Amino acid sequence: MKAINDTTAQSYPKTQKRSSLSGREIKNKLFKSLFIGATAFSLLVLLVLLVQIFTQGIPYLNWNFFTSFPSRHAEEAGILSAFVGTIWMMAVTAPVSFVLGVGTAIYLEEYAKKNRFTQLIQMNISNLAGVPSIVFGLLGLTIFVRELALGRSVLAGGLTMSLLILPIIVVAAQEAIRAVPGELKEASFAMGATKWQTTYRIVLPAALPGILTGNILALSRAIGETAPLIMIGALTYVAFLPEGLLSQFTVMPIQIYNWTGRPQEEFHFVAAAGIMVLLVMLLLMNSVAVWIRNKFQKRF
Amino acid sequence: MIAEKAPKQMQEEVKAEEKIVYRAEQLNLWYGEDQALKNIDMDIQENEVTAIIGPSGCGKSTYIKTLNRMTEMIPIVRTSGRVYYRNENIFDKKYKVEELRTKVGMVFQKPNPFPKSIYENVVYGPKIHGIKDKKLLDEIVERSLKGAALWDEVKDRLKENAFGLSGGQQQRLCIARCLAVEPDVILMDEPTSALDPISTLKIEELVQELKENYSIVIVTHNMQQAGRISDKTAFFLNGEVVEYDNTDTMFSSPQDKRTEDYISGRFG
Repeated sequence: MKAINDTTAQSYPKTQKRSSLSGREIKNKLFKSLFIGATAFSLLVLLVLLVQIFTQGIPYLNWNFFTSFPSRHAEEAGILSAFVGTIWMMAVTAPVSFVLGVGTAIYLEEYAKKNRFTQLIQMNISNLAGVPSIVFGLLGLTIFVRELALGRSVLAGGLTMSLLILPIIVVAAQEAIRAVPGELKEASFAMGATKWQTTYRIVLPAALPGILTGNILALSRAIGETAPLIMIGALTYVAFLPEGLLSQFTVMPIQIYNWTGRPQEEFHFVAAAGIMVLLVMLLLMNSVAVWIRNKFQKRF
Repeated sequence: MIAEKAPKQMQEEVKAEEKIVYRAEQLNLWYGEDQALKNIDMDIQENEVTAIIGPSGCGKSTYIKTLNRMTEMIPIVRTSGRVYYRNENIFDKKYKVEELRTKVGMVFQKPNPFPKSIYENVVYGPKIHGIKDKKLLDEIVERSLKGAALWDEVKDRLKENAFGLSGGQQQRLCIARCLAVEPDVILMDEPTSALDPISTLKIEELVQELKENYSIVIVTHNMQQAGRISDKTAFFLNGEVVEYDNTDTMFSSPQDKRTEDYISGRFG
């Protein structure tokens, strides 16, 4: 045993400790500061943005802002119709994208045979996630607004948004389903369970936290999207609340976009207040996603 | 290389036929191009413990997973030949795999309880087969946990998560979960390889009790274990059954040189 150790020790050349160490240490410090710099840069930009928005927006952020319709006078302008419009749109987008997205993910992960065809579907879903949102707007305009004659309605907007976030939801749900340990599925099958029983009773409960997290994050992307809705013709000035799925509507980012486009400076401050509301909504949704992830994180 | 049956009288032969749970005829299995099982002919007797031994990669796990068709879960697997369970060919197109797996329970190498309560783990099987009556389910839980020698340890915490149990308890829970479906055969794929010696001993004792009511096929890495608990032993090597005989005979006077080498620890 000792002899072996001796030979192995001898077979390694003695390293030049001093010179190489100092070089490596300099490099180490250099890269560390480089990475800190990269992080600091984006944090700084975010901070400047937030400070600007908050200083401009806070004076306009009061109860009236939430209860008023948009107005020609900046002091009276409010976000009510846009806020309610966003909620209406989410009420369409959330269930539609959840059902379609999770359904697709279950099919691809649990039922579909792994062949060229499913590989093609898989590749296309990943590609769709990268398609510019304006293209989804065009698609929505053609299919929902014109072909299906839904008009510039909440329904058409919500469905267009579902299409937009569907790829994200599918991919997130697939990952959550794939993370369910195979032994659990085996145990279920070995007791004579059918595929659906196994999926419903074992796979879905275990994958649900991941699926929900993915859904919420995708929805928070939909809340901030403007382009596809402008494309399908959501209104920019709405002084009424949507009454049903076929009502016309506007949403928060469009309202904000509209305000920032006004020449009067006061409206830019109103826009800042709107941005604050939107940011808080996004923050809330993301917190819920993180909370769900932490609460239901299971060890297998 | 297949052990020949000792000549028997006609009547005994018929009687023995009835007691055969599984019969494999010319069973071959491939993973893609690799043949994992070669011309297996093997009978499994009722109310006996049949041990499958052999070195890693010899096909013993593959064989046991063919018996409840779990091998189908791997897409590249191809099989040929026939496996009869109670005189019905399980590879027959009309044969319902869910029914087979209801009658043939399985215990896996790594304890794999569901991330649910102890109670929910045990009633999982009965529930998927449509039993909803709460009282009946309670009875099944008690009976199954008693059957798996776990009742006294967990009766006061049935609602707690199964992950809170020790490895050995988890494995006995998996056995209880399996018993809850009231199977005819229990397949065990190296059930003690992830357990400490005391838990292993408990499972071994349990297997001895279970064979009164069930037929058990157990894959094991451990030859001493096979010697301790089984009535018959099959020695697998490179996908073939080298020798299949009564455990006592096999361990005292193996017919094949390779069996002797393996049993005496010269390889494997």
